[in-house]
Amino acid sequence: METQTLAPAQTTQLPQVQEPRSPGCALDLDWVMSAQANTSAIERRAKTLPGRRSVKKDHQAAWLLKAITMIDLTTLSGDDTWERVRRLCAKGRAPVRAEILEALGMDQISVGAICVYHDMVETAVEALAGSGIPVAAVSTGFPAGLSPLELRLKEIEASVKAGAQEIDIVISRRHVLTGNWQALYDETQAMRAACGEAHMKAILATGELGSLRNVARASLVAMMGGADFIKTSTGKESVNATLPVSLVMIRALRDFHDRTGYRIGYKPAGGISKAKDALTYLALIKEELGTRWLSPDLFRFGASSLLGDIERQLEHHVTGRYSAGYRHGLG
Amino acid sequence: MNVPEIFESMEYGPAPESAAEALAWLVDRGASFGHFIDGAWTEPRADFASQNPASGEVLADLTQATQADVDAAVAAARKAQPKWARLSGHRRARYLYALARLVQKHSRLLAVLETLDNGKPIRESRDIDIPLVSRHFYYHAGMAQLMETELPDRQPLGVCGQVFPWNFPLLMLAWKIAPALAMGNTVVLKPAEWTSLTALKFAELCQDAGLPKGVVNIVTGDGAVGELIVNADVDKVAFTGSTQVGRAIRRATAGSGKALTLELGGKSPYIVFDDADLDSAIEGLVDAIWFNQGQVCCAGSRLLVQEGVAQRFYAKLKKRMENLRIGDPLDKCIDIGAMVDPVQRARIAEMVAGSAGEVHQPVQAPEGCYYPPTLITGLAPADKLMQEEIFGPVLVGCTFRTPAEAVQLANNTRYGLAASVWSENINLALDVAPKLAAGVVWVNGTNMFDAAAGFGGVRESGFGREGGWEGLRAYTKPKGRGKKIAAIQAHTGSGATEGIDRTAKLYIGGKQARPDGGYSRMVYSPRGKALGEVGLANRKDIRNAVEAAGKATGWSKATAHNRAQVIYYIAENLSARAGEFAGRIRDLTGASAAKAKAEVEAAIERLFSFAAWADKYDSAAKPVPLRGMALAINEPVGTIGIFCRDDAPLLGLIEAIAPAIAMGNRVVAVACEPFPLAATDFYQVLETSDLPGGVVNILTGAHAELAPHLAGHMDVDAVWSFSGADLSKVIETEAATNLKRSWVNHGQQRDHTDRDWLAAATEVKTVWVPYGE
Repeated sequence: METQTLAPAQTTQLPQVQEPRSPGCALDLDWVMSAQANTSAIERRAKTLPGRRSVKKDHQAAWLLKAITMIDLTTLSGDDTWERVRRLCAKGRAPVRAEILEALGMDQISVGAICVYHDMVETAVEALAGSGIPVAAVSTGFPAGLSPLELRLKEIEASVKAGAQEIDIVISRRHVLTGNWQALYDETQAMRAACGEAHMKAILATGELGSLRNVARASLVAMMGGADFIKTSTGKESVNATLPVSLVMIRALRDFHDRTGYRIGYKPAGGISKAKDALTYLALIKEELGTRWLSPDLFRFGASSLLGDIERQLEHHVTGRYSAGYRHGLG
Repeated sequence: MNVPEIFESMEYGPAPESAAEALAWLVDRGASFGHFIDGAWTEPRADFASQNPASGEVLADLTQATQADVDAAVAAARKAQPKWARLSGHRRARYLYALARLVQKHSRLLAVLETLDNGKPIRESRDIDIPLVSRHFYYHAGMAQLMETELPDRQPLGVCGQVFPWNFPLLMLAWKIAPALAMGNTVVLKPAEWTSLTALKFAELCQDAGLPKGVVNIVTGDGAVGELIVNADVDKVAFTGSTQVGRAIRRATAGSGKALTLELGGKSPYIVFDDADLDSAIEGLVDAIWFNQGQVCCAGSRLLVQEGVAQRFYAKLKKRMENLRIGDPLDKCIDIGAMVDPVQRARIAEMVAGSAGEVHQPVQAPEGCYYPPTLITGLAPADKLMQEEIFGPVLVGCTFRTPAEAVQLANNTRYGLAASVWSENINLALDVAPKLAAGVVWVNGTNMFDAAAGFGGVRESGFGREGGWEGLRAYTKPKGRGKKIAAIQAHTGSGATEGIDRTAKLYIGGKQARPDGGYSRMVYSPRGKALGEVGLANRKDIRNAVEAAGKATGWSKATAHNRAQVIYYIAENLSARAGEFAGRIRDLTGASAAKAKAEVEAAIERLFSFAAWADKYDSAAKPVPLRGMALAINEPVGTIGIFCRDDAPLLGLIEAIAPAIAMGNRVVAVACEPFPLAATDFYQVLETSDLPGGVVNILTGAHAELAPHLAGHMDVDAVWSFSGADLSKVIETEAATNLKRSWVNHGQQRDHTDRDWLAAATEVKTVWVPYGE
């Protein structure tokens, strides 16, 4: 079935976004099926990368600050409360202690987005008013994505209505595991339509897809279906973001850019908690995609504890002394 | 740049590794070095300087070894060797273990020193070279430990002269020293004159390890010193370096009885099929040709890419090249460092300038001894740069249409060191790997090394393996001594043969053939009775026989079971005519009936032995540190020329051809010179035994006359000589032409074990198959 691409009217911009939004494209199964991913070669590349790229001193500080601006500061817990979300939003507005920024010659920065469950969207939007920080909602029956499709689409619409500017959807893993690419494509497209002007981040839940080849193919189908971002994980799978998975996904989106001209964003999520890991991810993106991708409109970390480690590293950079966690404000 | 500016640009900054410790070590040593001989340092002389190619600064003054220095080093090694060999394997293992640990403990100093001296990126010396060095000593500590129980038939060679190159200075030292010491040899070695410093630091580690004096001796200097070592009183020469020098060493040592292993140049193919993970294949290329500035003997320097994906592949490759960072090798964020020397840089620039292809150099090299990563496309296989080793960061590429054509193009080279195959199809990859003329094949990978896996080449990439059990053959010899062979003259006589005239012919391509020259000679019994005339082969008969052998490729592909069946069948048919052959042997040699009968029985036994071995000389899967397999596959050598023993007319032929054909080789055998008629009778047995034509070709004639032609033939892969004639020197000299393997007797007769025969009849190909889903 030939599917219509989405209308250009829907390609409006988020404040951070600088270029036309991908409308997706027709499902190209030849392309999908030709995608290959050699696991051991990919692992070797991932393993040697940290040894090939090293960022030190002022450069490291600047890179870590950049990383903060690309964090989707996240709380996705059953015990989330409105106050908890407000605290998080306050941290998102001022993620680094003022005197540290001053020492680095930087103005205040903010995180990339605040990521919450649907019920918390309104609270977050309110708390972030005037900051320009978008709210991202995990909708579509997060994290399993097994509630009825109509309800998942309704949930997206409700989140958008509540003020979410980004929707992190979860794909139906079963479509990937059974090779039903058409179903995956149709579902993604329907969700994209439901998102309207909100940006759609497609969570592939790569830890449940069985192989890197499946990750590559699912990445392509999600982009064809109109994803603005592809994202590794819900954070709830037993394996979340890894460098090999990231390599496969960003190579898929590089191919997508080469063929369609549209840049798709990438969001690794889950398990990235150290400043050093963040630097490795940024180097990976810079190497494989180019510096253009090191920007909140094209790259995000889905993380909750990463910020704390970066803050400690920044204080160490400024003072020359190792820092302590309690010296930095909680989120 | 300040933080806000970097925040915008997101550039990499400098990430320098400190050279302070390494430079301090040089200062401590007075920045000048003598040789390390007999556990002590000689007085240094400033004969030449070791420079940092990245900066041009002089790191240290070094001493050019004289004849006296080399003599002293060899004498020290000679003196130390018996005691070292008499130590238990366990004692030697402890020394090697200590060296492994010392390398680890000083790993950063060694890595920085290597980078300073050689120009390679610190990432490589730190993450690849030095860890492999210590791994090699660990592994061979184990080999020393196991030698007594696992290699009971082998003994050390004695004193090994080892000359190694500048591209992996300490790693090549480890590859040479560790197996030599493990097996009870002592060494005199010479690092390349551009990169001696880590070897000199290693000498200190030997002192720290308490290694007995004289076991390791290190002299410095240029190629002239290498020549002195080759010509010195050493029992073995091991050389890694250029094919040109390797060939000269083969000639220089020809006939000397010195054991020799050569690890030489390459022009290794890098084959990308259309179903490969192209992005991973491109990353592999970075590790293949832009590793160590392309100064790697096994560099995947010849890209062969399937036509359907070629344009996409080239586009991706060019894009990837833009991200290669070239510059200060001590920077931890650098992919390509300095070329080892301005001489080398100039040589590469000149080769590239002469190319007719499209040259892509997207990254600019800094001023100085740097050369940019280069891709040259649009070349044909006949172009010079597709044929010759460049030894720099220069990749040449062309396309192919089918797997068969990929193999054909890959093998269209004088070299045969390594190859890479990229495909997601296991059938395709595992079908292509054995067809490639290379000592090492990497499936979906490149430049993987480990002490447990043999490394070495075929064709003009040299011979011998480094690493694994197979590597130990290069540092041991069979126990026991040979007996001097007394030359046996053909008997003389007169008169004509009795009965109907019967003419023994040559046996070429499965057919009886008259000698090209049209000459024959009469063979007489010890009492002077005429037994029959035999043809005198000349160089054209050799040409014809080699051509026939070359065509009989089906035999090499036949199953081992099938080869065994044929060899059993030969034995069966020989047995049926045992009485006749025994009679022939008696007539020819005058042997007693019992002795003649015993020779025939021994020949039949040999056929049974190697029919048995045909499907039992197992290949191995090596436990390399990788999720995957490194298969050590015993492959046939190819076409083997054989000069048979003179003292056993039938057994001499059969004991040599049986292992050769059992392993899938094709043979051109020159029969026993004084008593050739048993061999010519034998071709009738072959004719009735289902052996395909061309697998065994039998010539008769004068060994000394035929030896240079057979040994010099470019399409012969190995030459063996058990002849009573003194052929060793001429064979090894001529073998240098295409660096074919030689196994010659140096005038000594030995009883070879089955495993000796089998090892000579095979090449170990290491096929790396990393896997994972």
